[in-house]
Amino acid sequence: MTAAPATAVLDRDGLDALVGVLRAQGRTVVGPTVRDGAVVLAEIASADALPFGWGTEVEAGRYRLVPRTDGAAFAHTTGPQSWKAFLHPERERLWSADRRADGRLSVAAERPQRPSYAFLGVRPCDLRAIAVQDRVLATGRHRDRGYQERRTGAFLIAAECTEPGATCFCVSMGGGPAAEAGYDLALTELVDETGHRFFVRVGSDAGREVLSGVPGRPAGPGTESAARAAVDAARERMGRAMPPVDLRTLMGDSLEADRWDDVAARCLTCGNCTMVCPTCFCTTTEEVTDLTGDHAERWQRWDSCFDLDFSYLHGGPVRASARSRYRQWLTHKLSTWYDQFGSSGCVGCGRCVTWCPVGIDITEEAAALHDELAARLRRQDEREEREP
Amino acid sequence: MSEAPTLAVFKLASCDGCQLTLLDCEDELLTLAGTVRIAHFLEASSAVAPGPYDLSLVEGSVTTPADAERVREIRAQSRFLVTIGACATAGGIQALRNFADVEEFRRTVYARPDHIDTLATSTPVSAHVTVDFELRGCPIDRGQLLEVITAFLAGRKPDVPDHSVCFPCKRRGTVCVTVAHGTPCLGPVTQAGCGAVCPAYGRGCYGCFGPSRSANLPALIPLLRRDGLDERATERFLRTFNAAAFATARASREEET
Repeated sequence: MTAAPATAVLDRDGLDALVGVLRAQGRTVVGPTVRDGAVVLAEIASADALPFGWGTEVEAGRYRLVPRTDGAAFAHTTGPQSWKAFLHPERERLWSADRRADGRLSVAAERPQRPSYAFLGVRPCDLRAIAVQDRVLATGRHRDRGYQERRTGAFLIAAECTEPGATCFCVSMGGGPAAEAGYDLALTELVDETGHRFFVRVGSDAGREVLSGVPGRPAGPGTESAARAAVDAARERMGRAMPPVDLRTLMGDSLEADRWDDVAARCLTCGNCTMVCPTCFCTTTEEVTDLTGDHAERWQRWDSCFDLDFSYLHGGPVRASARSRYRQWLTHKLSTWYDQFGSSGCVGCGRCVTWCPVGIDITEEAAALHDELAARLRRQDEREEREP
Repeated sequence: MSEAPTLAVFKLASCDGCQLTLLDCEDELLTLAGTVRIAHFLEASSAVAPGPYDLSLVEGSVTTPADAERVREIRAQSRFLVTIGACATAGGIQALRNFADVEEFRRTVYARPDHIDTLATSTPVSAHVTVDFELRGCPIDRGQLLEVITAFLAGRKPDVPDHSVCFPCKRRGTVCVTVAHGTPCLGPVTQAGCGAVCPAYGRGCYGCFGPSRSANLPALIPLLRRDGLDERATERFLRTFNAAAFATARASREEET
């Protein structure tokens, strides 16, 4: 038996066959699809549900769907959801308890059948975001069993970026538009004189097995180099960039910066940035009872550092001001995340920039903090020169 | 087992919609009736038991001297007092009078102005007496009402978050109507509780649940302007069911900055 090749080329029918193979395996296939004027993530029954012919125009606080003449399916930027909506759902029951007739309590942990997911069209930034959440929820000190189970069973098909958006800055976060690791299959969409096709790379044994069941053709060197060229070109077209400084140190040195007041005046503290962020993982737990008091449940749901109750201790919230809450979000994301989880919490997907109603841009905030710090250090140097 | 706690429902200046929510709890109504003794609830029964009451739900705002007096009596008769709805928690839509000349209304609208005994303002119950919990909404949410009653019975804090509508809106996967459609929406400054219904149907939030605890209205107003509301339309957008509360939230934030 010869090993299946590590690459292939699929046409649109091949992509549909890929969805069919995954569904036949009993997987819930989730992919991008158009709903309510945006590309959202939802279960898809066939590749026809993908956003063929739709692109996006984004800016800070603005998102618009725009038609494309080339019929491309993966030429859009990140929408309002990320894959955490499936791996780390917004609300989950952890256990329920009942008071039995004899007065004793019986507690039952929630053990539902977890869906076996296949994610189609995971951006390289989102592959990195999933890896970040893995470190937090699947392999860290405080593991989330539901997340672990859903994650272990998930089949990831990356879609490399050839059309980065105006709010994208993954390159400046050490990433890029190419899928490097953490996928089962990686697609690169090509629309040129040779036709509309998807160059596929195998990233795992599971990926190789799935691909072997899909009618495709061997990838010639032309297709492979065209795919590489398209992704390399995308590298140079990021709409934004983080300032090229050590963000971890910058945040640590900026805790008393005036800029926090400036951003707090603009910040709605509405929590949108944390909800759309593919790495924000915070949850709260709520106990509920029924009217009789004989039945109780514990639920876990997404929470946010922008919620006053998030830092509520006896007597009130620790982070009462908008300044302290925005600062918590940014310094955790870019700095203290390293201390906790060994990496940055930001992958540069740009969602928080696009989906902030007032368009607060974390690359701009970081740059402003850097400028303020540089000016402060300059003044300090000048003072020291004057008064040695 | 001790006697069931008594429940009373009272109404001031209001439309009755919030107390009707209690009757809308169809599936839970029999359980509720078995758990509490409904002692005073005129919309449901004319049989009234005298106070004091363990849990009083008060709907409506204070708009007359008589109601200002009555709300003190209700407080005195209530161990735990919960105000329900935008009228009781913020003065309601009738708080529009707070921005106008009530004397002029009285002269213009009524044939016999001397029959009208009214206050110049519509105020929330909390402006008159101590309130143990305020349940927002126009109308209130059925699930939240049950949660408040259930929490009272269990002696725990109700799970009624005071963050923005954006939280449940994003959690339910709605596409942001402001960012993606340019629709004016009060969601970022409004307290959650309705389940983010309006944006799920492509409309902007109308602010039925009043300002969220950390509402930053001055930051939102430029967006409303950008999305087509002029100064007058912006003012009208903010002056609906929670008119007085949004005005206060806006003024206090402007003062800060």
